[in-house]
Amino acid sequence: METLELLAREAQQAIEQAQDLAALDQVRVEYLGKRGRLTDLLKGLGKLSAEERPSAGAKINEVKEQLQSQINRCRDDLENADLEARLASEAVDVTLPGRGEDSGGLHLITHTMERIESFFSRVGYRVEEGPEIEDDYHNFEALNIPSHHPARAMHDTFYVTENTVLRTHTSPVQIRTMKTQEPPIRIICPGRVYRCDSDLTHTPMFHQVEGLVVDRDVSMADLRGTIDQFLKAFFEADLPVRFRPSYFPFTEPSAEVDIQCTNCRGAGCRICKNTGWLEVMGCGMVHPNVFGHCGIDAEKYSGFAFGMGVERLAMLRYGVSDLRLFFDNEIQFLKQF
Amino acid sequence: MKFSESWLREWVSPSIDTAELVAQLTMAGLEVDAVEAVAPAFDGVVVGEISAVDPHPNADKLRVCQVTGAAGETAQVVCGAPNARQGLKVPFATVGATLPGDMKIRKARLRDVESFGMLCGQDEIGLGGDGSGLWELPSDAPTGADLRDYLSLNDQLIEVDLTPNRGDCLSIRGLAREVGVLNTVAVAGPSLDPVSATVDDHLLTALDAPAACPRYAGRVIRDVNLAAPSPLWLQEKLRRSGIRSIDPVVDVTNYVMLELGQPMHAFDLATLDGGIRVRMAEQGESLELLDGSKTTLNDDTLVIADHQKPLAIAGIMGGKLSAVTADTRDIFLESAYFDPLSIAGRPRNYGLHTDSSHRFERGVDWQLQSLAIERATALLLDIVGGQAGPITVAESAAHLPRSAEVRLTRRKLQQQLSLSLDAELVSGMLQRLGLEILAEDEDGWRCRVPSWRFDIAIEVDLIEEVARIYGYNRLPTATISASLPIEVCRETRTGLPLLRQQLVARGYREAITYCFVDPDVQKHLLPEIEGVALANPIASDMSVMRTTLWSGLLPAIRRNLNRQQSRVRIFESGLSFMPEAGGVKQESMIAGAVTGTRLPERWSNPRDLVDFFDIKSDVEALLKQNHVFDQYRFVPAAHPALHPGQCAAIERNGEPVGYIGLLHPRVQKLLDISQPVYVFELALGAVVEGELPAFRGVSRFPEVRRDLAVIVDRDLSASTLCETIREAAGRYLVDLKIFDVYQGKGVEINRKSIAVGLTFRESSRTLTEEEITAAVDRVVSTIKEQHSASLRG
Repeated sequence: METLELLAREAQQAIEQAQDLAALDQVRVEYLGKRGRLTDLLKGLGKLSAEERPSAGAKINEVKEQLQSQINRCRDDLENADLEARLASEAVDVTLPGRGEDSGGLHLITHTMERIESFFSRVGYRVEEGPEIEDDYHNFEALNIPSHHPARAMHDTFYVTENTVLRTHTSPVQIRTMKTQEPPIRIICPGRVYRCDSDLTHTPMFHQVEGLVVDRDVSMADLRGTIDQFLKAFFEADLPVRFRPSYFPFTEPSAEVDIQCTNCRGAGCRICKNTGWLEVMGCGMVHPNVFGHCGIDAEKYSGFAFGMGVERLAMLRYGVSDLRLFFDNEIQFLKQF
Repeated sequence: MKFSESWLREWVSPSIDTAELVAQLTMAGLEVDAVEAVAPAFDGVVVGEISAVDPHPNADKLRVCQVTGAAGETAQVVCGAPNARQGLKVPFATVGATLPGDMKIRKARLRDVESFGMLCGQDEIGLGGDGSGLWELPSDAPTGADLRDYLSLNDQLIEVDLTPNRGDCLSIRGLAREVGVLNTVAVAGPSLDPVSATVDDHLLTALDAPAACPRYAGRVIRDVNLAAPSPLWLQEKLRRSGIRSIDPVVDVTNYVMLELGQPMHAFDLATLDGGIRVRMAEQGESLELLDGSKTTLNDDTLVIADHQKPLAIAGIMGGKLSAVTADTRDIFLESAYFDPLSIAGRPRNYGLHTDSSHRFERGVDWQLQSLAIERATALLLDIVGGQAGPITVAESAAHLPRSAEVRLTRRKLQQQLSLSLDAELVSGMLQRLGLEILAEDEDGWRCRVPSWRFDIAIEVDLIEEVARIYGYNRLPTATISASLPIEVCRETRTGLPLLRQQLVARGYREAITYCFVDPDVQKHLLPEIEGVALANPIASDMSVMRTTLWSGLLPAIRRNLNRQQSRVRIFESGLSFMPEAGGVKQESMIAGAVTGTRLPERWSNPRDLVDFFDIKSDVEALLKQNHVFDQYRFVPAAHPALHPGQCAAIERNGEPVGYIGLLHPRVQKLLDISQPVYVFELALGAVVEGELPAFRGVSRFPEVRRDLAVIVDRDLSASTLCETIREAAGRYLVDLKIFDVYQGKGVEINRKSIAVGLTFRESSRTLTEEEITAAVDRVVSTIKEQHSASLRG
């Protein structure tokens, strides 16, 4: 039995000294393999008497189990150490930027128009579009702006021919819609418009979103509510909004809409020319003459229309300081949004 | 319209300060654009009288003046102005005065002579002038008076930006009327008594175009003396309204225009031949105008003529020949009513926008003519003397405007404003606005519109007036309610937003370029199409409507390349404008332009440049959105702007949809673009309309793949080869991939190797080896036969 103890001690030492899984396996084969030294001891049991055999066998098996579990523990340790080493070697600098393409982006004007559309489409407005080379009738005549009307001078029109123009506003879409659809009508018309004017605060092309509601008993209170709610939603702020009497040939009563200056909160600054207010849109009740041109009975229906400059709203919302940047299309600008 | 507050307050003076007055005007629809002080801040300046002028002992250019100022005290002032002379009255800044710019006046020694104060030029107290010397005040200026009081300088200039409907407010009288209404206070102008005639002279007037000019008032004034300058008060009032003093006659006509709103004109009587004829111009007739320009008249233009020649363009500008000059002795004053429509548009046609035309285009009170001429006469006789003749008024009653009668119903008023207003309140407003209430009952009011309101003709005009005076911001507010039926929304129509998002996800930035482009750019892109030209472009490089979105995108690429951006991926959606028979086809397009590396510069990204297949993949992503990708074909094509070997026309069921390709190197050079650019453009209509995807079943049985490497002629297109393979492989083929294309070593010079992967599957059973082998054999033999293909060994 001294041999068994000696063998067990020797095996234990060999297991402890195994540096890797291969060495460990070699130890296992040497002692516990088919021809291993402990296996040999078991095979030698046959030489013992029938009385001695069970206890000797049990002792050998005990040692065998001990060694096996020691080997298992050791293998786990070595495997863990291997995994740790692999994991350590596979570490990456997670702060390096990712591979492949970056996403691009929408133009700020498109983004702003889509945002405006979403406010209105949620409450049942349909989006309508129209041509940008427009005839005199839809751009002016049907909107109660006959030729020679002084209001035409307000428009700085680009002419294509004597009777066709680049539309000066999105209002012709109102006409096209009212001529083809029956009230109730609730539409907004986003799009490009053109005025023959170019300086620090004007570009010859810009964007408008026009809105039109025609139904029974639409009143100025509805108009005021709509505009007020829209502006508060657009700016996500409880901004004071005021309505100022104004003049557009196609609406009456007509109003300009001011919001409290988003820069100085009404205290007066350069941006609001010290008035504390910023003009953001025009609106009014649809003029009966416009209904007349579109074959809508002004006694039966009433309506309101409004129009806003998208660039103006985007500049205020995002603090863009120069209108012309919108159309320079420099990546440096485009990628900020 | 620019006016001084003090002038307005001569007519109406509510007890509110400037800020409140300005806010009130703005909120009544007369938007105040600017308010500025008439004079900058200064004090201690009085009217000084130079009692003696002596040479300076030590300086040639300086003089020593004795100046009488406040309380009759005389001070010694050293002065360098050339016009300092005895007896002159000038602004005198006394010791202790502060001049604009916070300049303090102290006792000083100038070249050893003491000086107590400073004599001022107009510029030195911030009142204009040309800096040429001392401001020579009128000889009757009260010596010692505070200059600010004497000149009423504690006054504000107010500029209102009037909308075209409010021509009635283009005068002090009109503005005063409005302020009176807003504050419920009385308005009173100066007394306008008739001036009796002292001579009989008059001119006969013939109204040859009575619709355009239904009333023409005139008056002869003899023996005027034009040597006298306009009095200071008159000059100041004009200056504060932005009008320069010319001579007393012109000044008075301008004054009456500003005060009452009636533009007037004065002719030199001696230049008139026979009587006045108000007629339409003869086509081609010429006239030299007051501003020295010669103009050729059109026959749509109303003129004032005598029996020989045209004298003036009616309501717009007078002629030079008949103008009042320093030598004029007798004048003929005109005060007419012209129909707005007979003036409107003409100023623009002649390039002449005048204070007069501005008013006549918008409508001048048609009852004002005689009153204005009386006012002008009274002022003129005061300033230049002379004897007035009787007023002659030629009139065509049938053509004069009629006072409109307008009905305002309570029902409509309440409906439009969502507000029930007290009847008395409404009546009061209407009356104060000058409307005569002809009848009032339970239904509403019937009113007569005053002669100065050209903008009131129908009921809503009155509703607007009531709303305006009541205050827009006091009106109720409501949340609109409406029935909201769910509407059909076609799923097979892919929205533009989705396409935009595809490109954005692929690294594109959206650009928005002008729709009018440089014809010199566009001619290189589509040389055979003449773009729609603007009649009045803002610049020659923005003069033609784009026929392709590339005309805007390529200059944007160039701009970015010039700004050190070497990798640019942009797209745009919008209309292109193609001329076609009888008009212009305005078609929605989506287009892109790409240059630089395939991927952004980064440690992990390869630095390869973008090529045709990168941008093709972007286009394919767009074409796949509407589930009809198999209807599209990329066909080798020629396009004047694109590289002949890297250009494809995109077709859908044989119909053209757009182009994709590499910008032709020659065009690239002509456009001054420093590196290759790939572009695409698609007609949106052909891309958004698609079909509903249909379920095709999911097979539980395994798929089998066979790869073939075939050698074919170099000219054989991959799509032709694939079509043949698909046809030959039969219905079990579910996928066909090209996984390699090779030309070069090991392959004959005119041949290429294409490796394809064929995937077979059946939905109801496992395919047998024999079936697959048979299909592959069919493929091999068919492509051998049709395309002389051989298998690569």
